[in-house]
Amino acid sequence: MTGGWSIDVAGRIGTFELSVRFETGPGVTALFGPSGAGKSLLLRAIAGLWKPARCRIAVAQEWLNDTGNAQSLPTPTRHLGAVFQDPLLFPHMTVARNLTFSPRAMGLDSQQAQDVLALLDLTPLLDRHPRHLSGGEGQRVALARALLSNPRALLLDEPLSALDDERREAVLPYLERLRDTVSLPTLYVSHRRDEILRLADHVVMVRGGVAEGAITRDTFAAPGRA
Amino acid sequence: MVGEDGLTAIIMLSLQVALVAMVIVLPLATGIGYALSKPGWRGRFLVSALVHMPLVTPPVVTGYVLLLAFGSQGVIGKPLSAMGLEFAFSWAGAALAAAVMALPLVVRPIRLAFEAQDSRLQDMAAILGAGHWKRFAGVALPLALPGLLAGFVLGFARALGEFGATITFVSNIPGETQTLSLAIYSLLQSPTGESAALMLVGVSIAISFAAVLVSEYVAQIMERRAER
Repeated sequence: MTGGWSIDVAGRIGTFELSVRFETGPGVTALFGPSGAGKSLLLRAIAGLWKPARCRIAVAQEWLNDTGNAQSLPTPTRHLGAVFQDPLLFPHMTVARNLTFSPRAMGLDSQQAQDVLALLDLTPLLDRHPRHLSGGEGQRVALARALLSNPRALLLDEPLSALDDERREAVLPYLERLRDTVSLPTLYVSHRRDEILRLADHVVMVRGGVAEGAITRDTFAAPGRA
Repeated sequence: MVGEDGLTAIIMLSLQVALVAMVIVLPLATGIGYALSKPGWRGRFLVSALVHMPLVTPPVVTGYVLLLAFGSQGVIGKPLSAMGLEFAFSWAGAALAAAVMALPLVVRPIRLAFEAQDSRLQDMAAILGAGHWKRFAGVALPLALPGLLAGFVLGFARALGEFGATITFVSNIPGETQTLSLAIYSLLQSPTGESAALMLVGVSIAISFAAVLVSEYVAQIMERRAER
């Protein structure tokens, strides 16, 4: 096990077979590959929402799942923070109540929460309802909600792909700040090379449900690589 | 034949029966609707079929089955009767009959309201650390409120108008089980009852109309709150 991710997952859904194995150090690990490659399915396994036949997952020296030892934490006790393509904010709650929904959430007046609110510029949005947020604002709230739930690691599944280019450029710097200040082990799913070059320390290439080992960003950035 | 006091008593009894029926049905239908909205558990179709039985069975048959089960000699009625809870020929029985008949109509919109929700919100709540109860009470239930309201109005109207199962199960006893519909029926059997019957018909229409109006009003408030 490492300070980052240690993943060995194999299973099938219908005719789709997923077989992924890699270990990475701390920082941001990007899962790179075309859509339909199985990246989101892997994230579901890590979150405990899908149970493949072989599933050995550890992050930051903690086992989340180990089918070898018949160990599996239920989703609510995995202590993960997740942001998907859509913000998935609870539509009947204000931003503030969304941020404190998690039973593990820190109070909004705590220093940590204030830091997160400042980091993501959320203080002016606290009383708003989700439907009155722009796509970029929604994703920033979703990020803050994940961070305030006190996670041991972050799962970011194409968090920028539903945004237009202008909004993407507006949210990207927040992700960079997040990487530099919060430093949680992070899995970042994307099919965009430019995002990965800006954010990732390690890259795992996923193709047709298969991934084996990680490469560094510099190797990924080297000319001639797709 | 029916004085003004008699009319008031009939109306109050009907409201009492229908409201008590809904107090039983609403939590039950919410639980059943939630369970039915979750796919992939054993017995789901059986539960769904059982709940819908009163909708397709002749009401007189439902009433007779209730009499067999909840009558003073029935398998359920006998022990309950020993505990002092009497259903046969009492207003409580009328409420039970109304509840059984209303159940399928209440379950349906509630189930649809749960099914219409984005299941990824439940996944997100679980990832954030919410257990079963918090996911239900904090996310699924508040988002299903419009469905609960629709179910309540449909069920209340159905309970208020219940006739066949009620008259079979608890008979038509003035002051005890004679609700609006039963009273109208009795009055129309009598040569002198027509004017009183007409009055009850008017009251019945007014109550139903008021119920729909109130539900529309509440639905609008909910919508506005959701848009804020």
